[in-house]
Amino acid sequence: MKIKKNVAISESGFIFNPTTGDSFSTNPIGLEIIRMLKEEKSKDEIRKSILSKYITDDSTFEKDYYDFVMMLQTNQVADDSE
Amino acid sequence: MEKIRYERPVIKKLNTGVMNKYGTRTEYAPVTNIDGARVKDLIAEFGSPLFVMSEQTIRKTYKDAVRAFTTRYPKVQFAWSYKTHYNNAICSVFHQEGSWSEVVSGFEYNKALLNGVPGNKIIFNGPDKTDDDLILAINNESMIHIDHLDELYRIIELTDELKKRPKVAIRVNMDTGVYPMWDRFGFNYESGQAWDAINKIILTNKMDLIGLHSHIGTFMLTPSAYAVAATKLSDLAFHIKSKFGKNITYIDMGGGFASRNTLKGSYLMGADSVPTFDDYAEAICSALLNSEYSKEDLPLLILESGRSLVDEAGFLLGTVLANKRLSDGRKATIMDFGVNILFTSFWYEHKISPAQEFSHYTEDSVIYGPLCMNIDVIRENITLPPMKKGDNVVVHTVGAYNMTQWMQFIAMRPNIVMIDMDGKPHLIRKKETLEYMNSLEITPEYLKGFKL
Ligand SMILES: Cc1ncc(COP(=O)(O)O)c(C=O)c1O
Repeated sequence: MKIKKNVAISESGFIFNPTTGDSFSTNPIGLEIIRMLKEEKSKDEIRKSILSKYITDDSTFEKDYYDFVMMLQTNQVADDSE
Repeated sequence: MEKIRYERPVIKKLNTGVMNKYGTRTEYAPVTNIDGARVKDLIAEFGSPLFVMSEQTIRKTYKDAVRAFTTRYPKVQFAWSYKTHYNNAICSVFHQEGSWSEVVSGFEYNKALLNGVPGNKIIFNGPDKTDDDLILAINNESMIHIDHLDELYRIIELTDELKKRPKVAIRVNMDTGVYPMWDRFGFNYESGQAWDAINKIILTNKMDLIGLHSHIGTFMLTPSAYAVAATKLSDLAFHIKSKFGKNITYIDMGGGFASRNTLKGSYLMGADSVPTFDDYAEAICSALLNSEYSKEDLPLLILESGRSLVDEAGFLLGTVLANKRLSDGRKATIMDFGVNILFTSFWYEHKISPAQEFSHYTEDSVIYGPLCMNIDVIRENITLPPMKKGDNVVVHTVGAYNMTQWMQFIAMRPNIVMIDMDGKPHLIRKKETLEYMNSLEITPEYLKGFKL
């Protein structure tokens, strides 16, 4: 799972995909995850980072991460070529 | 390092410039209390889902409606439409404010009597009045609104047995330029049926025709339709006066004013687009004042408004059960309440607010109820902040018809509380229990006990 190379990500959570012309907004935690994915961090590293920073638990993270990543793929912000 | 509040990560496509089917509105300002009572505390004490009625909003809305009419017309009387919300506490608030009652069945009639409404302040409408109902209403000198000829003839027979002169009105249906026309109820104006019924009543001389009634429809968005109705009823009253020399003492315009809700498919929020009490009052009162009545003969104006008086005072509190992702990518949120207790979601796009603080990030979602049925959709598309299991929501403007038309399906009906003028909640209807439900059922002896 990778964020596409040409996808532009702004400080404020504004995301632009030049291939499709679509733009998106995301919340701060979504932005953090996208940044980490862009830096090619593993899911485990992302999990650790989120769990240490936010009041949440493992199973909530698991469920929401899976859903978020699926939306990134649906919106062609990420591709699943590993 | 102190940990911060967690919010589910969301990503939302931006549609620049174009108005998508979700519209551009956002409805996610959190609502954490109702009239000073905290939503979380109400749910902790009375459970979820929970209907909450605001006494303050009922009284304020009622006073506003009364003001709109009494500033334009000298004699005005409201009669609370029981079917809209016949919980006794709610009815009592309306009666304390001075409202009579309008009922359409023996059940509602007896509820009004037990609430302490004098018989002669009860208007009895509808096509379904049994002999027992009619006898009770005649003996109590209630206003009986005759719906059809069969009922008229039955009342004539009963007057002979009871040796009483009932006080009656007829319900008149008519073309007011609004479609569909409600011609199922009462006697038609244009075809001459209404005039025919009036002649039969007056010439048989067994009862007193004291009023004329119409209820032209519900959620009427065109006040001018009421002006047409008021003019046609006034014409009938004028003909009665010219032919028989008798005065009609009241004109009952029924209900039907829109509440501040948003009809499905409408791009405008109801609160911004529905007519006000002043708009309706202006149409009705001008039509009455401009017709042929002399100053002394001006009839009492009766109004049977239901939804417009109570819808806004009702809230439904609920809880998120789960989130799902639909195959087309939309978010689906499943609530602990469905169309069984919120059947008005078939007509309205109910406003739904989260009951806790959120960031300003939102998602387009579908809101489902918990029933195992496809039709159980509360909102087909709504923009809300990400919510997680256990979060609470407040559904707005649900005070009319839901707590009388709710279905006991799969689950039992929840508690209703009313927040009083000082912000204190009172339980006004207990949630149903398995014990209560079972107490109504009878299992024949021979079916009791089995081996599996
Ligand atoms: C005879 C009559 N009066 C009053 C009402 C109340 O109508 P609304 O809630 O639209 O004001 C109704 C509702 O159907 C009705 O049938």
